[in-house]
Parts: sequence; C-alpha cells; structure tokens
Amino acid sequence: MYERLTLIREFEERLKWLVETGVPVGAVHYYTGQEACAVGVCAALEPSDWIASTHRGHGHCIAKGVEVHRMMAEIYGKTTGSNRAKGGSMHITDVRVGMLGVNPIVGMGVTHAVGAALSAKVRKTSQVAVAFFGEGGASIGAVHEAMNLAAIWKLPVVFVCENNGYAQATPVEYAVSVPRIADRAAAYSMPGLTVDGQDAIPVWEAAATAVERARRGEGPSLIECMTCRYYGHHQGDDALRYRTREEEQAARDRDCIRRFREQMLDQHLLAAVELDAIESTNRKKIDEAVAFAESSPLPQPADLFTDVYVPARDGDQK
Amino acid sequence: MTTTAVRELSFGPAINEAIRLEMRRDPNIIVMGEDVAGAAGRAHLGLVDAWGGPLRATRGLITEFGPERILDTPIAEMGFLGAGVGAAMSGLRPIVEIMFVDLIGCCFDQIMNQAAKMHYMMGGQVDLPLVIRTAYGTRGGDNRTYGGGAGAQHSQTLYAVLAHIPGLKVVVPSTAYNAKGLTISAIRDNGPVIILEHKFLGQRAKGPVPEESYTVPIGRAEIVRRGRDVTLCGIGRMTHICSEAAELLVAEGIDAEVVDVLTLSPLDEDTILESISRTRRLVVVDEDTPVCSVARDIAARVADKGFDNLDAPIKTVTAPDTPVPFSAVLEAHYTPGPAQVISAVHELFGTGA
Repeated sequence: MYERLTLIREFEERLKWLVETGVPVGAVHYYTGQEACAVGVCAALEPSDWIASTHRGHGHCIAKGVEVHRMMAEIYGKTTGSNRAKGGSMHITDVRVGMLGVNPIVGMGVTHAVGAALSAKVRKTSQVAVAFFGEGGASIGAVHEAMNLAAIWKLPVVFVCENNGYAQATPVEYAVSVPRIADRAAAYSMPGLTVDGQDAIPVWEAAATAVERARRGEGPSLIECMTCRYYGHHQGDDALRYRTREEEQAARDRDCIRRFREQMLDQHLLAAVELDAIESTNRKKIDEAVAFAESSPLPQPADLFTDVYVPARDGDQK
Repeated sequence: MTTTAVRELSFGPAINEAIRLEMRRDPNIIVMGEDVAGAAGRAHLGLVDAWGGPLRATRGLITEFGPERILDTPIAEMGFLGAGVGAAMSGLRPIVEIMFVDLIGCCFDQIMNQAAKMHYMMGGQVDLPLVIRTAYGTRGGDNRTYGGGAGAQHSQTLYAVLAHIPGLKVVVPSTAYNAKGLTISAIRDNGPVIILEHKFLGQRAKGPVPEESYTVPIGRAEIVRRGRDVTLCGIGRMTHICSEAAELLVAEGIDAEVVDVLTLSPLDEDTILESISRTRRLVVVDEDTPVCSVARDIAARVADKGFDNLDAPIKTVTAPDTPVPFSAVLEAHYTPGPAQVISAVHELFGTGA
C-alpha cells in the first residue's frame, strides 16, 4: 500500500510541477490528498475486478495498476499513451488491468461499473466492480438510478463516494440533503458506511467487507470516504476562494501518507530505510515516466481518423 | 442443398426473430429495457411476458431466454443505458430498448458522450457492442378526421440529432426483411448501433422474410424501385410514401426511382450519387423536422458532389418546423405524404399546380 500511496503522490506532485513550469498537458485534476481512498479500495480487489473512475482519476488508475509511463505519455498527448493520445488525463483507461475509464461526465462512470457488475453476473464470473464518485456526483440522477438497479438486481458492485467536501467550489453541506452520503444507502437497501478517507487501513477494511459481500452475491454496498483534495478543482483553481487556510491545514495534518508511515514504524512492520527505499524507487519510476512521455512521438494528422468506428474482429460471426 | 423457408412477416415479428436467432447463437447477448417482457417477477402468479415493447418486438423472448437475459428495467433510461454501456465494455452484447426516441433526452449523455466516443477516446482499446432500439414517428396518414395521436413528446423523428454524433451508427429499417437483416448486423457490430423503428410499421410492412439468419449491411442504401426521371430518396416509413408517390406518378408519365437510405450514419453517398447521375433530379423525403435534418444533409452532399449531374434544384419534403401536434387532423397535415412528394416532383418538372 505504501508503494501505491507514494507513487500516486509522486505522480501528482511531479505533474503539478510540470504544469507550473509550462508543460501544456490540458486539463488535469490532482488527486493529491485522497490517495488512501483509491489505494485502500483497490487493495481489496483482484486484478480481474473492474473499477470506473471520475475526472479526478489518476489515483484510481495507479491504484488499479495502470502503468505510470503510459499515463504520463497520455497526459502529454503522445501516441504511446494509454489511450494513444485520444483521451488525455480525463479519459485514461486500461481495460487490461480492469480500469474501465476515467470519466469526466460526473456520475456516468458509476453506471458503467454497474454494467460491468451486470456483465459479471450474467457471465457467471466472480468479478466485482467498484464505482468511484465524489460527493458532487452523489447529486446526479444517474448515480441514484445505478444504485437502484444494482440493488434490485443484487449486482456485485461497491459504490465508493470520496467526499472531499467540494464539488468544484460548492460545499457539500450546501448541496447534499443528508448529513452523510452513506445515509443514502438505506434508500437502496444496502449497507452504508462512512470511514476516514485519509487513512488507508479503515478504507481497505470497509472495502474488503463490501467486496466479499458482493462476491457472495449479496449485492451492493456504499462506502463514503471522508477526505480532502489538497489543491483546487483543477490545475488553474485557487481553492482559497471557497475554503479556509485552516481547513486545508487540518486536512494536511491528517495526511494519509504520513499517517501510514507512522503506523508502519510504530508497529515495526517496516523500517524507515525500507519506506525510504520505496519512495526513492517511485521517484525513479516517475523520472522514467516523464522521460518516456517527453521522448515519445506525437500523433500524425491521419490518426484523427482512426478508431471512429469499431472494426470487425477475427472470428466474428459474419 | 439447404432450402430456406420464406414466409410473410410484419416488421415487429421480424425484429423479434432477429433477436431470437442471435440470442440462441451467442449467450453474451442480453436485452434490457422498460417492459421488454413485462410482469417482471410475477412468474409465481403465472404472469409473464405481459408487454414486449412498443412494437412487441421482444414479446416471448423471456420464455425462451429467462429473466437473466431478458431484463425488465425500472424507468431509468440514464441508469440502464449506462449499465448497457458498461456491460458492453466488459464482455456482454446488450440490446437496450429506449421505448420511444422522444425519451433519449433522459439518457442522451450515455449515447452522445459515452457509447459513441468510447472506442475513439480510449484509443481503440475497447469494443462497444451495444445496440439501442427505439421507436419513432407519427401515426400520421391514417386519415382520421377527429381524435388524436401521441402528441409532441411521443411522436418525434429525432434521428438527425443521433446521426450528428461521430462514432454512432444510425439505422432506419423500412421493411420486415431489412429490419431483420439490419438488426442482426447491428447485433454483430462491435460498436454502438442505434436502430430507429417506426411505430406505424410495427404490425405492418409485411413481406417475405426467410426463416434463417441473414444480414443486411449497415452503411448501404438500397434502390427499391428503378426509374429514369427523378430520384425519390426516402428514410424509414417515408420510403413507403416515396413508393406510393412513384406509383401515382406513373399515370403522369414520370418514371421515379426510389432509394431507401436505410443507414443515416455512415451515409451511403455513392448509391444516392449514382442514382441522380442517371435521373438528374432529387427529392429527399424525411419525416423529421427540416432544420439541420438528414434531408438537408443529403441535399448538401449531393449539391457538393453531384451538382454537375443535376438538371434541377434539389427538393426536400419534410415535416414542418413545429412540434408534432396532438390532433389527428393536424398530425395528418404534419406528416409528409404522397401528395407533398408529387407536388415537389411537379416543381422539378415545372408542371402541376
């Protein structure tokens, strides 16, 4: 877990630095601060399980195993990117590792996760799907429709709401009708639990319980992870226009990486030198990812016209 | 040698047979939608299969394939179409019914931003074998003198907004034969295909349909009547209106060719351009409203690529730029009929009133 937590942090911090030095990467939404949510949940999944993500999706991608050099190349708009420069930050996808897509139309990825869970049920596999969404997404009808479908069909899906307090600049207490998003689980006859989303361990515990329930065929669960994004909504947003410095500091005081590190050290599970080695390996990985992205080729004009329609495949019924 | 039995089927039953044959062949095909079966969960009371969609095209499927593959949904177009998209990305081949095309507003994001763009946006890494079936059109033309139809929110012909979206194939069958063949092609397509089925044709458009499985290719128009003097280009039910007009024009010595467009996107320009290169005149007949319509798109393409082969301006016959009226009398005026087509032909030849 520490490897993934710090890999996400390193990826986002490096990306932020690159953006600030003028690398033109398009729209990006930093995941920094929320790492424990993606890592805790994905630690409870098998490689063959599915996840669907949000516009703030880099963390989910890395936690599920998308290679960082292909992500960075995609963000750079290079042909070696995960989506061959057709997607960018807001569409990173790697179905080989069960990552069904970053999806910037708020709430829509939730319906796709429910579809993947339906697929698992119809095809009688043991796969589970996780739908990540934010507390902003909790207000969109698609999410409620998807939860109802999952509940009536008892689909193997886990709804994970990362409540970072703000839908762009709109605070949760203004936009959401209930004290806790998890309270809404009752409306769909599923378990609902609110956990500290800045601590990977309780997130993982809650996810493991929900995933097991889903795999047993008992249906969906809702987990709300209380968390904070350290930066603005996207790279150009100043969060201090709608939240206070004290609030930001309080969240940083509960930083998930520092707390995980302290727990590992306190419980003598890993030594400082081992944790440092993980961080240093990750830094090298990100160095390599940036170098790979920078040296990769740009698309050609003809690439504009590829992949508009899905081709016939070998072995298709004619 | 295998012999193929051919019987007369109407439009809805032909679509039913297409789905049934494909579902027998491929266990990953499922059907989802509102009342695609009906009486969901009431089998213990002896109540099953109460509905079967607006064209009854899915009636009886649940008794063969069971509720695991024939899924009645709650009224949640955005949710269940989204589930269809997710299922198509992860191993199933869903056939999702949106009861009427008027309801696409409830799920348009799933069509416009999700299904149509997934393959492109993801760099070709996912297939999206999704079929969306939806009923469209007015009841106009049944010449009732009072009463009403389904009104402005249940009678539209909204295919232009769908054909506008890159990546989506948009198919409008017109006969039982091509409805079956196009539906099978759509199910076998690895990308999203939306099929618009005219509700007036549901239990009509009867014609010979082979019992066996066959395909009609997506992306190809069909010349359904050969003629020398003018090309009447029809979409869906309007192809029948074109054929009726063509028969009436015989008496005037005008020999009209009728082209059934069949696929709106990708459009088969070649067949239309080849036809007008012989007839040198074109009338496009479309039940949709005129602004930014498929009719005007076809006209623009022919003006662009076939202008030298035209002896007269291109005419379009469409519904007026109004909502669909409720009154049967007004609806009959709203919906293009043979008289308007003939009148457009007269304008091309400088004859008639």
